[in-house]
Amino acid sequence: MRLEVAIEKQLGDFHLAAEFAVTGERIGIFGPSGSGKSTLMNLLAGLLRADRGHLCIDGEMLFDSHSGIHLAPERRRIGVVFQHAHLFPHLSVQRNLLYGYRRLPKQLRRIAPGSLIEVLGLAPLLGRDVSSLSGGERQRVALGRTILACPRLILLDEPLTGLDERLKYQIIPYLQQVFAEFGIPLLLISHSLNELRMLSETVLEFADGRLLGETSAEELARRSMGTSRIGYINLLELAAPSEHDGLYVYRWGNQEIVIAAGSAAPSGMFELSSKDITLFKRHPEATSARNMLHCRVVKLFGAGNRIGVELDCGGRTLVSQVVDEAAQELGLEPGSEVIAVIKASAFRRLY
Amino acid sequence: MFEFTPTDWQAMELSARVAITATLLSLPFGFATAYLLVFTRLPGKALFDGIINLPLVLPPVVVGYLLLLTLGTHGWLGQLLAALGIRIIFTWKAAVIASMVVGFPLLVRSIRLGMEQIDAQLIQASRTLGAHWYDTLFSVILPLSGRALFAGASLMFARSLGEFGATIIIAGNIPGVTQTIPLAIYDYTSTPGGDRMALGLCLVSIVLSLVVLLFNEAVVRRFRTEKRQ
Repeated sequence: MRLEVAIEKQLGDFHLAAEFAVTGERIGIFGPSGSGKSTLMNLLAGLLRADRGHLCIDGEMLFDSHSGIHLAPERRRIGVVFQHAHLFPHLSVQRNLLYGYRRLPKQLRRIAPGSLIEVLGLAPLLGRDVSSLSGGERQRVALGRTILACPRLILLDEPLTGLDERLKYQIIPYLQQVFAEFGIPLLLISHSLNELRMLSETVLEFADGRLLGETSAEELARRSMGTSRIGYINLLELAAPSEHDGLYVYRWGNQEIVIAAGSAAPSGMFELSSKDITLFKRHPEATSARNMLHCRVVKLFGAGNRIGVELDCGGRTLVSQVVDEAAQELGLEPGSEVIAVIKASAFRRLY
Repeated sequence: MFEFTPTDWQAMELSARVAITATLLSLPFGFATAYLLVFTRLPGKALFDGIINLPLVLPPVVVGYLLLLTLGTHGWLGQLLAALGIRIIFTWKAAVIASMVVGFPLLVRSIRLGMEQIDAQLIQASRTLGAHWYDTLFSVILPLSGRALFAGASLMFARSLGEFGATIIIAGNIPGVTQTIPLAIYDYTSTPGGDRMALGLCLVSIVLSLVVLLFNEAVVRRFRTEKRQ
């Protein structure tokens, strides 16, 4: 999908001026609240009309102030998943799901409701009243409703913000699966680096109604390591655990990782802060930490007063952080061998 | 205790017929007006709103007189209708029109209050799912205004039952033809020895209004519990 945007919009004191052209299937929009992310979304969906400029998607003009083009929302075929699900309270789950589908001309109905209901696990909810659904269920129904309308692009406006931590990450696999299976491009608006890293490739960074630049979620996470309290978050997708003395052992590349917060579930996503990875020059004789991984330094990068160390652990990437002095004492440079020591309790399960 | 004359019964029947007809005829207009006021950006909306609400504060006699000027034999609309062979003045249809004009602001106010409670993002969601504005109107706004429509209709129905000032001017007070309950009561109070009969009709009036209000409350409460479930 190719998106070309050059628009200006004045809303009270706030002025949005965005100009960019981006190509990709999974695009993220990152920025603090009040940076214009939601305004941009409303302009794209046609819920707001820009003052000046043009909007073009895959060569089709959606808005152009010169020639007076302003396509109505229902003609843009851009789906929106709002922050709060906004299901129709007077319709059942099933009728909510099919709201857009029924309004779609037959030749455009390329997604079968049955397969979507299966992917999103919605079958048990179909006959329910929407007011009886939990937050996570509501958001899944809202997502299904948008996808069944077969839009050419789906805008997700902080779709996980209203959910609690546990639920939030439970929905991410559904999102990943749905977008992979049905091949609909997405534009995710979020201020969560973890969400952006799991769901997007290219990221557009906004602040004060202006585009700061185009980057990747990974780049953004590394850059923010210097200022973040929690450091850089390593995301590890692990599978096939075996239980061992109350701890769980997962295979990770050609090494094993011992995790306290594991479970018998066949796979899971874990986070690990760069601050919880201690580097040793030589293999320690004994340590209380359960994980000692042989790694090779790939590169060093600065972030504030800290140094990020990108490690290659048997083909897998891990990012640790050290201070300048430690980097010198360890003699860290690309190619040097180190041992990464991690406690079993340092891993946190996301889903 | 009270014995009603045939004209009393006719007055009751006529009151019910006028109130029901006026309410049913006004509903679509009331819904459309409320929609225009809540969801569109009309130029001169404040003035439009003011004109709609005017009958609420104007003496009903003034409303009746203005209607008489318009619909009377010399009025522009009256002449037009006369040419088509339709006579409004001094028929029960005039009573319906009087009730419609006087009760309309109450209806619009109720529907409007309900529409203002509808989450704007529900409407946006329906548009982004491919619904045209008129589709959204019937598939989202109308069902979500159901309670407000009902509340407005019952309020208007009750108001119509009591309409007097505009009705007596435009429909007259013809027993069996245009004489509704309030007009019949007015007749009895100006007749020597009519107090008892007036009191009887007053009681009917009170009972009818109370039934409408209780019915309204009950349905509104049911809507609420349904929503909570």
